[in-house]
Amino acid sequence: MSDSFPQDSVGLVKPQLFHFEEELTLRSGKSLNGFDLMVETYGELNADKSNAILICHALSGDHHAAGYHSAEDKKPGWWDNCIGPGKAIDTDKFFVVSLNNLGGCAGSSGPNTKNPETGTYYGPDFPVVTVRDWVKSQVMLMDRLGIPKWAAVIGGSLGGMQVLRWAISYPERLHHAICIAAAPKLSAQNIAFNEVARHSIVSDPNFHNGRYLEKGTSPKQGLMLARMVGHITYLSDSAMRAKFGQAVSAIDSTASNFGRDLRSGKLSFGFNVDFQVESYLRYQGERFSENFDANTYLLMTKALDYFDPSVDFDGDLSAAFANSDCKFLLVSFSTDWRFPPERSRELVNELLKAKRDVSYLEVDADEGHDAFLLPVPRYINAFRTYLNRVHGELCGDAT
Amino acid sequence: MRPDLEIIQKWIEPNSHVLDLGCGDGSLLHYLNETKNVKSIGLEIDEDNIEQCIANGVNVIEQNIDEGLANFESNSFDTVLLAQTLQALSNPHLLIEEMLRIGEKGIVTFPNFGNWKSRVYLASRGRMPVSKFMPHQWYDTPNIHFCTVYDFDALCREMDIRVLTRTVVDSQHQGSWAMRALPNLLGEIAIYHIARN
Repeated sequence: MSDSFPQDSVGLVKPQLFHFEEELTLRSGKSLNGFDLMVETYGELNADKSNAILICHALSGDHHAAGYHSAEDKKPGWWDNCIGPGKAIDTDKFFVVSLNNLGGCAGSSGPNTKNPETGTYYGPDFPVVTVRDWVKSQVMLMDRLGIPKWAAVIGGSLGGMQVLRWAISYPERLHHAICIAAAPKLSAQNIAFNEVARHSIVSDPNFHNGRYLEKGTSPKQGLMLARMVGHITYLSDSAMRAKFGQAVSAIDSTASNFGRDLRSGKLSFGFNVDFQVESYLRYQGERFSENFDANTYLLMTKALDYFDPSVDFDGDLSAAFANSDCKFLLVSFSTDWRFPPERSRELVNELLKAKRDVSYLEVDADEGHDAFLLPVPRYINAFRTYLNRVHGELCGDAT
Repeated sequence: MRPDLEIIQKWIEPNSHVLDLGCGDGSLLHYLNETKNVKSIGLEIDEDNIEQCIANGVNVIEQNIDEGLANFESNSFDTVLLAQTLQALSNPHLLIEEMLRIGEKGIVTFPNFGNWKSRVYLASRGRMPVSKFMPHQWYDTPNIHFCTVYDFDALCREMDIRVLTRTVVDSQHQGSWAMRALPNLLGEIAIYHIARN
């Protein structure tokens, strides 16, 4: 990376740590006696503080959604595709707030930070936090920033679930809820994949009941395996065929080889890596295991499993939305099999039942669940159009 | 605004709930939202139309109405609209039934194939009518279920549907005394306001 960042980038950004003295009572009944949140903001808050947008991150995301931390950074933040001057979430128009959620491992209070009361790493003692708790802490951050009402709260996947929680629990504090590639709650299959991930982490000999940081080690193998499994669920069959099927089929040169590209051109007849997809997964898993905290992974997957806003309403999700006052935009992707379009349609139907204002797009995209992070043209255009409209409303443009 | 929509909007009560099946670019719903303060949802499958609805601030759901409306609750809307889409449906009668399950009233507009121009075209050339108004060839058309005013009247009788108002207009969407006298022969677009009996 040279000194000059791309024109449509927010450029160099600096995270800020916010400390909260207040006690935060969690859904589990436990509480945090004060906590920290790591936050990045992009763009400028306008005079009447009406142009703020909250970004909610997904399972492995953090506060670094856009821009670069240094001129040497090879990659920008995780949602740089969408956030920046002139981009769908236009930082020339909006003040964008992005944070690392509680229990995360990128600077906010979490298992890899020290408990101020004991001076030792929280590790497995960090309380299990839920989507509801995250949103509660996000409200405290909002108050600290002096923002009365978000122009929009936006998130994909687990981030989309936070968006739904905002709409249900704090209806007076957001104008628009943009929920992408999410679900009303996890299916048994979703939970099953999470359980495989958790089991691989806790059965790693270096896990030490979650006290690996005190022992100066880390359950890297387990975390790597967890990520490999997770990664498969983020991609679609067609995306994998395309990604690992560059070589032509031996039988028919016009056909794809079903994504079976070999790594070294021939089979090894051993148990080493033969196919490109294997080495890709290993690489992704390894890289992830070096940068992510295993306890955080456990905690995030539990937050996913526990998410079900209908529980307070005898299982009737439409009743949960009865008091929501925002407008909703939902988006799903055709090849997403983690949270497929049917799951978003369930949400749409509950919102219709509750007579809420809702728009819904089902975008044809090959990239599976990952599509929500990628520059899929139809998705980005609709996203931009929607937010232009949101900005128009801020400027008092009624039509 | 398309003149058939001009006629439709008169039948929509202020502050009512409106569902528009095949809402196009959302211009009618936008107009109704602004002038009658209705609460509305449009269903659409065309990508460009959907984006235009979003730009117009119209609630739009990407949903193929030909696959049914089971996700909508009974009696959840005051009016359900079906403008110039009837002829493109696989099962028009089932959708009309659904419209009146979901809404108290329905509004249906369609091109009248009983119009004299269609009759003359077919009688003189012996081929399926093609016009500026209906420009598709028979083998390549979204319009698979053409009907006439009399056909639709008969369907309403069969389905025990009450016709509140029936209007026909020409392709310029003008009505006349002659059209009122001979709707099936002179009307080019039929506009029905219907309800359950």
